[in-house]
Amino acid sequence: MATIVPFGPQHPVLPEPLHLRLVLEDEIVKEALPTLGYVHRGLETLASIRDMDQMVQIVERVCGICSCIHAHTYCMCIEGLMGIEVPKRADYLRVIWSELHRMHSHLLWLGLLADAFGMESMFMHAWRIRERVMDVLEATAGNRVIISVNKIGGVRRDMSPDQLRWVLQVADELEKELDLIKPVLTNDYSVKKRTVGVGVLTYQQAYELGAAGPQLRGSGVAQDIRMTGYGAYKYIDFAPVVEKDGDSWARTMVRFRELYQSIDIVRQLVSSIPDGELAAKVKGKPMGEIACRSEQPRGELMYYVKATGDKYLDRVRIRTPTFANVPPLLVMLPGCEMADVPIIALSIDPCISCTER
Amino acid sequence: MAFETKNVEKNQLAAEVQALKNGGQRLLTMTCVDLGESFDLLYHFDLDLQMTHLRLTVPKGESVPSISGIYFAALVIENETQDLFGIKFEGLALDFGGHFYLEEEVKKYPFCKVTVGKTEKAGEGA
Repeated sequence: MATIVPFGPQHPVLPEPLHLRLVLEDEIVKEALPTLGYVHRGLETLASIRDMDQMVQIVERVCGICSCIHAHTYCMCIEGLMGIEVPKRADYLRVIWSELHRMHSHLLWLGLLADAFGMESMFMHAWRIRERVMDVLEATAGNRVIISVNKIGGVRRDMSPDQLRWVLQVADELEKELDLIKPVLTNDYSVKKRTVGVGVLTYQQAYELGAAGPQLRGSGVAQDIRMTGYGAYKYIDFAPVVEKDGDSWARTMVRFRELYQSIDIVRQLVSSIPDGELAAKVKGKPMGEIACRSEQPRGELMYYVKATGDKYLDRVRIRTPTFANVPPLLVMLPGCEMADVPIIALSIDPCISCTER
Repeated sequence: MAFETKNVEKNQLAAEVQALKNGGQRLLTMTCVDLGESFDLLYHFDLDLQMTHLRLTVPKGESVPSISGIYFAALVIENETQDLFGIKFEGLALDFGGHFYLEEEVKKYPFCKVTVGKTEKAGEGA
């Protein structure tokens, strides 16, 4: 006999309100139905009453964890519509801060995942390491989470040579710290027992269902929007991190390896950052339509902007990665045991604030 | 960075979307733009990091064929659009009836430029 069990919206492993109605037969999930709307704010429609500069602050508040990347992508849209060429130094700084955001997001997620399967020590180590990244953000941007460094045409703040040297030093420290926790994460029997073969999403499913980010790459699809070369990514060498098994373990490994990748990207950028202006002059109002994409910690982010030359934009549409990862989650859950649902749900690194906007 | 779209009619939509899927395109998302008397529905696809866009213009009050039978992922996008703009999608794989995000006591479509109230009938079926 089928039983319907609510999972969330308040659940010990969920920092945000995601609600799934799970149809169970004994302990096996047969179907999962999502219920959203607990933090829906309708931020997209604020474009009709806030001007294009004020919208930078609005989009930063779509999500705290990747606020910098939301603002960067929105600015790319306006700059694209207005034909603004962003100074090279601003491009470098935007990407350095973006990669710092990716690191703190992945470490935050690793702590939450470890906490979910009862590995308290890993939770505390991951968040302790994350604090080093937060220190860098606070020192260089003046804030820990919503750093407000982007503006249309460039960036608001610079990093001094001393700060850039310090960022390199912290990158070295982070790498050593990750080396220390890596064997604990990768060799632990319990971690593998809870994640290997659990919540499998095949290559075909991930591609057809429109999965994004580590969820897509964990299923073997080598797609990373940074490969398009937006911002300063065109000046550096990197390859997407890909795992093939499509299970919770593969997604964990993608994110863990991306931490090393972000350290490498930061090193490349800091060691080659050019001198120059921080922002281009902005005159006039945008007109036309544009769609721009970027790679958030959770995956592909897309902004569509339509402007008519008026004070306010006609439409701002935000497609966030977790929104794209909900349909794959609904396919991954059937067939798993009830006890594995929290781990599988966390393995997509859900951000409900992004999803509902 | 030009934004080029291919215009499609309602009766061509399913065939066009199916052709894109057969060509290996991934569905990124859909955007609804309120034009006053009508809506622009933009369907965004991706293949090898290149985006393709379809544009369907529909008068307000008309329903639109769902593409969730072709791309399962479209069901969340279409339900969201149904909530916020009041567009009815025919053949939606999982229809939340206009309450994917919004509670039943919400009696308007919040993203429409001119606020459109839900009638009892539309509230039940939309």
